[in-house]
Amino acid sequence: MENTARIHDPSTYTIEKQPYYVPVGNEVTLFEAAYSSHLPVLLKGPTGCGKTRFMEYMAWKIQRPMITVSCHDDLTTSDLVGRYLVKGGETVWVDGPLTRAVRSGGICYLDEIVEARKDTMVVIHPLADDRRIMPIEKLGQLLEAPESFCLAISYNPGYQSVLKELKQSTRQRFVAIEFNYPTHDLERQIIIHETGLDVVSTDKLLKLADMTRNLKGNGLEEGASTRLLVHAGKLIAKGVEPRAACQGAVALALTDDSDMIAAINELIGALF
Amino acid sequence: MKSAWLPRSYDALLLHLEALYEIEFTFLKVEKLAEGLRPLDRDTQDFILGWAARLNSTNVYISHEFTIRVVDALDKMERRVIEAWAVRAADTFDRLGLRPALEVIQKVDSFLANTHTLAEGVTFEEVEPILSTFVCGLSGRRLKLAQGESVYTDSETLYLPNISARLEKAKDNFLLCKAQVAFMWAQIRFGSFRVDFATAFDAYPDKEQALAAFHALDTLRLEGCLARELPGLWRDMQRLDGVKGVEFPRLQSPDATVQDVLELVPQVLHRDFPQRIYQPALNPEAISACMLARMEREKILLRVKLAEMLKELGETPHPPTPSPSEGEEEKEVATPPEFEVKETLEGAGFELTLDDKPIAPPDEVKDLITSIMLDWGDVPPEFLVPAGPGEYDPSLYEKKENDSDPWKGIYHEDGAFLYDEWDNARQHYRKHWCVLREIDIPPADPAYVGLALQKHQGMVKHLRRTFEAMRDENRLLKRQVQGDDVDIDALVEALADCRDGREMSDKLFMHQHRADRNIAVMLMVDMSGSTKGWINDAIRESLVMLCEVLETLGDRYAIYGFSGIGRKRCEIYRIKTFEDPYNADTKARIAGIVPKDYTRMGVAIRHLSQKLNTIDAKTRLLITLSDGKPEDYFDIYNTQYGIEDTRQALFEARRTGIHPFCITIDKHGKDYLPHMYGHANWVEIDDVKKLPLKVADIYRRLTT
Ligand SMILES: Nc1ncnc2c1ncn2[C@@H]1O[C@H](COP(=O)(O)OP(=O)(O)OP(=O)(O)O)[C@@H](O)[C@H]1O
Ligand SMILES: [Mg+2]
Repeated sequence: MENTARIHDPSTYTIEKQPYYVPVGNEVTLFEAAYSSHLPVLLKGPTGCGKTRFMEYMAWKIQRPMITVSCHDDLTTSDLVGRYLVKGGETVWVDGPLTRAVRSGGICYLDEIVEARKDTMVVIHPLADDRRIMPIEKLGQLLEAPESFCLAISYNPGYQSVLKELKQSTRQRFVAIEFNYPTHDLERQIIIHETGLDVVSTDKLLKLADMTRNLKGNGLEEGASTRLLVHAGKLIAKGVEPRAACQGAVALALTDDSDMIAAINELIGALF
Repeated sequence: MKSAWLPRSYDALLLHLEALYEIEFTFLKVEKLAEGLRPLDRDTQDFILGWAARLNSTNVYISHEFTIRVVDALDKMERRVIEAWAVRAADTFDRLGLRPALEVIQKVDSFLANTHTLAEGVTFEEVEPILSTFVCGLSGRRLKLAQGESVYTDSETLYLPNISARLEKAKDNFLLCKAQVAFMWAQIRFGSFRVDFATAFDAYPDKEQALAAFHALDTLRLEGCLARELPGLWRDMQRLDGVKGVEFPRLQSPDATVQDVLELVPQVLHRDFPQRIYQPALNPEAISACMLARMEREKILLRVKLAEMLKELGETPHPPTPSPSEGEEEKEVATPPEFEVKETLEGAGFELTLDDKPIAPPDEVKDLITSIMLDWGDVPPEFLVPAGPGEYDPSLYEKKENDSDPWKGIYHEDGAFLYDEWDNARQHYRKHWCVLREIDIPPADPAYVGLALQKHQGMVKHLRRTFEAMRDENRLLKRQVQGDDVDIDALVEALADCRDGREMSDKLFMHQHRADRNIAVMLMVDMSGSTKGWINDAIRESLVMLCEVLETLGDRYAIYGFSGIGRKRCEIYRIKTFEDPYNADTKARIAGIVPKDYTRMGVAIRHLSQKLNTIDAKTRLLITLSDGKPEDYFDIYNTQYGIEDTRQALFEARRTGIHPFCITIDKHGKDYLPHMYGHANWVEIDDVKKLPLKVADIYRRLTT
């Protein structure tokens, strides 16, 4: 293991090694078509189903740098566009991540867009329609995005409250790509690749996933995602006793309700 | 032991029981009872009286009968068994009426048949919350758990006994229940009931014998299924049973079906198979009746749903796909649309197609198709013909009130909300224990508000000033460490400082502060009987003043009253919802606040927290105006139980990000409020006029 972090400049760094991504449907061709038509994309789907991994894969595939911004409710327009700072008695303009991505013709991936403050839409809208421009008021500049620029946002329709719905005027600017948990065959392949686990245990994990997904809406907000299965798989592959691994990586990760945890533990116990 | 209390005296007990059983109307005798309770310690007395009161809210005779027998029973059973006994009686009353319920109490010995193992028995109440979720996680039809005389399923409900105590250890008894549930699930999941029980065994001279052979053989087949599907559980089941398995390769192969079982029956009529400990009873009558009704209902329902889906698809045509090459042939309507269901490889799944294109059915339809496939093996083609308009009367397929659910049905819970309640002594939630309804408060004269305002003119003015100071506005904050713009004045100053050799300030930015006060307040108003008189007046007057000032702040707020009698009649009174404007109607409802019954606080907190959580606000306050501690009609809610449940409900609220706060007029508030609300989150006021001021205080503390 390397113990020091490597430093990359996000606006020029392109991923060299192909990220492992298994296409689930037509998302790759859809994305490529949208990208070459300069259309922004909206990735929809539950947590842990491979949206981020997909973006990494696409960034590698089209060999463009990618800048990811995780949106939160204090994220302002300046956080995206940039601001003046003071250095040694002088003011200097510093580009925000979105501006950097536009300038360098890379990909800007805004994760969980609904969490951002409503006023950030002011900069996203003109970039997301066919103008593809970005006004930087404080610099008096109007950036026109280069051909290779790509705007992608993600959104989980499941657990947001109605209040945090994406506005029509926003969502209708994007080509939506729907993500869901992969089919068993693919999910099996993914888990085995990511964890090195044997097929028998992997299949048990898949069954457990189905069971928790059956509980969605019956006390669970969401079933176990591919990510959780990968976590559990890694622990088991490291030699952790399977029941304990699943309890930690799946049952406790899914809920705090003690009856629900007990029930999931019973399901785990029935499988392993 | 927490009871350093002295036991209740004979006289006190007598009084208590006389009141409980309202002897002047019921003419029940209580002297003997008091005599029996007198020698017990206080804790035990309270335990018994608590349950007597609880049973009394079901039926006075059951409670009386219980109290007669419980003292003797104390020697024989643990408290949790006594509780199970009492609950069993109450449930029996709900389902079957008084006489069978009395029998449960009177035949305590049959309930106690095996006192030793009872201590290790697990009650239905204990296993139900876990196992009903467990079975929901297994694939297939949604199955319910219910209490029954024996272990069996009718193909929709799995019946378990009130107490499972066949094994020595509680842990194993739980496992046994789990195994029974899984076994019954397997019967349904692997098609054990795809047999026409009415005729299949007619050819045999001894039908019973043939049925028994069928059941035994099918058990072997299902064991094979369980071994494959749930290997972990299968290991446990083998350990529980300890009987050596029977080899029957044909049945244990993965593709054995119930047909194989039927074919083998003649060969084994006289063979003795070991009876498995987890093997449920087979109840062909119950199965047939249940299946018959369901198959008819589900056929109609599916056809209706498919018609609805078609209509929906017709109204919202597919959005154009970005690949521009095709898109022409979508619109023809000449041939009737054709639905098809294809089983996908991995067993449980299927795919629904419409004219060969896969479509994603809503969950409801998915469940329906799953259930139909379980009964029929596949979906018969005639099920997939969408129903014509008006072909069926909706009453044919809309499921009738859940009368099989033991808890529901008779309490008429239409339109009611069910909430869990925390039983601290047992450290678990009583599932769906409280039934709560929202009720509109009958309006009174809105002119009341004007009068109240006049009466407190000075106060209102003062309050308004206090609150206005809290009002938030968009403003530019200068000299900030961080911000969107450089503060040129500050920068110039800093540069000058720097040149003079002084330290340069880092507060060089301007920050646009946006007014999003983003606060939502829920006022939860005690409407219990004890507020009668000046407290009620005070509460109403302070609400008037509060509304007045909250309006100036522009924060969102709602007002609800709470009261009720017993766990099945918890009531929430709508006074002002978050959406309601503060107008004459709202004012009339404030004027209409009147004292009602009791204060079961936990359930009210849970309900109102849920409401508050639908509001998107950064800060959410739940302010309770109350005059005392939680209590309910002759109920254990008056004991520590009520305090603990309230505390738990507040804890749940806090976990979702709500700030609860309590303002009380009870002088003894400090005895229990810190425990419930935490030290900083309650105040006691002696003068009600201070109430609005206090709210202003809390407000400032929590929101700035
Ligand atoms: N199609 C896939 N191919 C390869 N790996 C996948 C795929 N889907 C999921 N994974 C695995 O699941 C993990 C989680 O996926 P990822 O982080 O992309 O989820 P996400 O959709 O971005 O979730 P969130 O919405 O929580 O950010 C990945 O690290 C990867 O191991
Ligand atoms: Mg992600």
